[in-house]
Amino acid sequence: MSDLTKLDLATARDGLAKGDFSAVELTQAYLKSMEVHRDLNAFITEVPELAIERAKEADHNRTHKQAGVLEGIPLGIKDLFCTEGILTTAASHILDGFTPPYESTVTANLKAAGAITIGKTNLDEFAMGSSNETSYYGGVHNPWKKHGDPRPLVPGGSSGGSAAAVAAHMCAGATGTDTGGSIRQPAAFCGIVGMKPTYGRCSRWGTIAFASSLDQAGPMTRTVRDSAILLSVMAGHDPKDSTSADMPVPDFEAALSGDIKGLRIGIPAEYRIDGLNAEIAALWDQGIAWLKAAGAEVIDIALPHTKYALPTYYIVAPAEASSNLARYDGVRFGLRVEGETLDDMYSKTRAAGFGDEVKRRIMIGTYALSAGYYDAYYLKAQKVRQLIAQDFVAAFDGVDAILTPTAPTSAFALGEKSDDPIAMYLNDVFTVPASLAGLPGISVPAGLSSEGLPLGLQLLTKRWDEETLFRVAGVLEDAAAFPGLAANGEG
Amino acid sequence: MSFLIKGETGDWEVVIGLEVHAQVISNAKLFSGSPTDFGAEPNSQVSFVDAAMPGMLPVVNEVCVEQAVRTGLGLKAHINKRSVFARKNYFYADLPQGYQISQFELPIVGEGTLVLDLPEGETREVGIERLHLEQDAGKSIHDLHPSKSFIDLNRSGVALMEVVSKPDMRSPEEAGAYLRKLRSIVRYLGTCDGNMDEGSMRCDANVSVRPVGEDGLRTRCEIKNVNSVRFVMQAIEHEARRHVDVYESGGEITQETRLYDPSKGETRPMRSKEMAHDYRYFPDPDLLPLVFDDAYVEQIRATLPELPDEKKERFMTDFGLTPYDASVLVVERETANYFEDVAKGRDAKAAANWVISNLFGALNKKGVSITDSPVTAENLGKLIDLITDNTISGRIAKDVFEIMVEEGKDPETIVEEKGLKQITDTGPIEAAIDQVMADNPDKVSDYRGGKDKLIGWFVGQVMKQTGGKANPGMLNELLKKKLAP
Repeated sequence: MSDLTKLDLATARDGLAKGDFSAVELTQAYLKSMEVHRDLNAFITEVPELAIERAKEADHNRTHKQAGVLEGIPLGIKDLFCTEGILTTAASHILDGFTPPYESTVTANLKAAGAITIGKTNLDEFAMGSSNETSYYGGVHNPWKKHGDPRPLVPGGSSGGSAAAVAAHMCAGATGTDTGGSIRQPAAFCGIVGMKPTYGRCSRWGTIAFASSLDQAGPMTRTVRDSAILLSVMAGHDPKDSTSADMPVPDFEAALSGDIKGLRIGIPAEYRIDGLNAEIAALWDQGIAWLKAAGAEVIDIALPHTKYALPTYYIVAPAEASSNLARYDGVRFGLRVEGETLDDMYSKTRAAGFGDEVKRRIMIGTYALSAGYYDAYYLKAQKVRQLIAQDFVAAFDGVDAILTPTAPTSAFALGEKSDDPIAMYLNDVFTVPASLAGLPGISVPAGLSSEGLPLGLQLLTKRWDEETLFRVAGVLEDAAAFPGLAANGEG
Repeated sequence: MSFLIKGETGDWEVVIGLEVHAQVISNAKLFSGSPTDFGAEPNSQVSFVDAAMPGMLPVVNEVCVEQAVRTGLGLKAHINKRSVFARKNYFYADLPQGYQISQFELPIVGEGTLVLDLPEGETREVGIERLHLEQDAGKSIHDLHPSKSFIDLNRSGVALMEVVSKPDMRSPEEAGAYLRKLRSIVRYLGTCDGNMDEGSMRCDANVSVRPVGEDGLRTRCEIKNVNSVRFVMQAIEHEARRHVDVYESGGEITQETRLYDPSKGETRPMRSKEMAHDYRYFPDPDLLPLVFDDAYVEQIRATLPELPDEKKERFMTDFGLTPYDASVLVVERETANYFEDVAKGRDAKAAANWVISNLFGALNKKGVSITDSPVTAENLGKLIDLITDNTISGRIAKDVFEIMVEEGKDPETIVEEKGLKQITDTGPIEAAIDQVMADNPDKVSDYRGGKDKLIGWFVGQVMKQTGGKANPGMLNELLKKKLAP
């Protein structure tokens, strides 16, 4: 039998259903791949024994006709999701030894559908970063390399481990979380499909919080169809999350009709930023041409407050993070560094437990919320956020979806931007506006740079319209016919 | 009623505002399903949410919301149909999340009023500024280990209503009356049990002073966490005196938080200005704004009981009670109900007297509440009936009541068993009078000689003869007739 890891999730699912191979065989194949690619550092924790045990159960369930939608599908789980009985770190030193006695709702949904966790994927510490270099467990390497350049590249972030693991066929799919682009940007860097659902579509319960009003779990897969399949299982109302929407989950896979005739696609002028990489600009034009060719109508739109999105995001997200991360105090779990007094213990624990980027954001957030600055920063940012959201509402009056690039560059070398936080924050310039507005977005791998690196295009739709999002993304994917890493002779 | 502090430079008036933390009666915490029983084993009532484990999220307990609205209605306050939960960020070991979920800019209840019942039956209105919902913190225990502190998170996340008054009070007595009235109202509503000694009601007092005649407010100090009405009153008095002394010696009062030490009878600073927290409030992104409609509020309003003020009015109009008696009887719902049972079909003033002077005294002495009273309302009513129909005298009734308190029996049985029925036949009374007169001829002649006051002595002797059972009116009448020269 050919390498089972070459199959996408949908094909593997169908193969399992037909009995072409067993869940144990599929899982073993992925575990093997995980071993082969260990140098990428995509996983913080591997759970091969648990995975095989679960695969046996899956095979048992299938023979007894009790198979769930994802029965026997091996997945990577971003190490921001709490997993019962499995070390959960958020890639931070401060959560040393933390093994939750509970399972996040998203991963519980996946489990209930029969999916198998094969490991916890690496990420930027507390999901703060765009290159995966802030992980306490070290950076992840992008499985892609520039033509003729052996230097390792970053996979993007924060869901860099998940992106690399999916791209390098170490799992059939993975979960990510996206706060300002943490699914879409690494998906673009690694040449996979990364999808951020509407805020409220997936429960945040049991997912370690970065910025509560922005965080949203989503699927990372090799195809748009896989993305739709995975999201259908991850999503759903959860009474344990007050911001989880009480609405039915559509059959996203069924939305992939391949037909976008008559759909109106918006192209926002504001995303054509100064000095936009020429290759990316060209790919964007190519994307427009593909969608036109498929029968869509392309319309120029305005999102006038776009230029304020990044600064707004870098007030709101750190403000919430500074508060959300206050619970890591050395008192109840994780790392504790003893001190003379309670305050001293806090200081020492947090000084040792948090990395520089996390500290930077806590400081920014604390400052933005402090007396005298609250109105000038946080409150103002919330007002601008409203304006940005209204831009989209107005735009979606005239269009069904918006097409933009996902990231301003392709993957860069490790260490290339790590000394320049502002340059690093610019990675999210195209993903952040939709995050602030709570919209669904997807990054579809659409082409290769002249250096042979993946480039992504981003699609956005209005809230709760993931069906249109997947439909257009499917058409874009077909048109782009992205080769994927395996076809590149890797994996 | 005025309360002025005499200073060397003149009279000063005290300005008081109170913030009361009232624990909501509910089976679960404000944002988790953990129970809230008092006195449970440390850390036995803590969920993952209360312990702020990673990934945990708050979900508002609707019972607590309903209780807050109910309390707001009881305070005749404006109910805000849209309110917002905010995070108040600060570090402390007994605050697991590193922030307290509270309400800041948009509380669930806005302005209202509370009527104080002052001595002599006077009343006075105090403004309520707001009522908001918030989580309680856990408890740090510092004296179980030489170098470590222990944390009990049982209370962490328990729902509190913070009721903030306007700075409308002008004396320690008014502050005391405010607390008693607030406690009375929340107990009527069943929204807080008001037990200050169990910490389910705690008070912070904001105190400032100003020379009589001065407008505007001077710098205030906040006395934190006082847990009895008496201590609140004492603390305010001490603090006000301190302010006057500081001002008169040319000093300045700085805004600060202080603690009251009842054993020393003084307040002292809790944390200095340098340590003052910048709390960093912002709307909690884990919780949606609390939104409800008029129908919801009206549905709660429809279930409100008759509250103390209304009851007091009714007792005055329907029963002709004095404002003072009425206000005393309505403090506790149980007392008011008891009184109404006693008064039903009887002389209400007599009933009020019996409840206020006799029953309260007896309960106090025994240290029991009215719900555990050995004398039931039915029996007390019967006792009053026995007086009214002349079966016993008022004096005998007091003895019967004593026995009722001790033995819990009904008065008819006691009167029967002890043979305490009033003698209303002239025969036995006359015989007793004759006997006393025959035994004391000298007293008889003294009386007839003009010593009128001896009548009392004769009454006493005859009563002794009859075991106190002679009808006093009849006895007086007959005695006067027989002693007449």
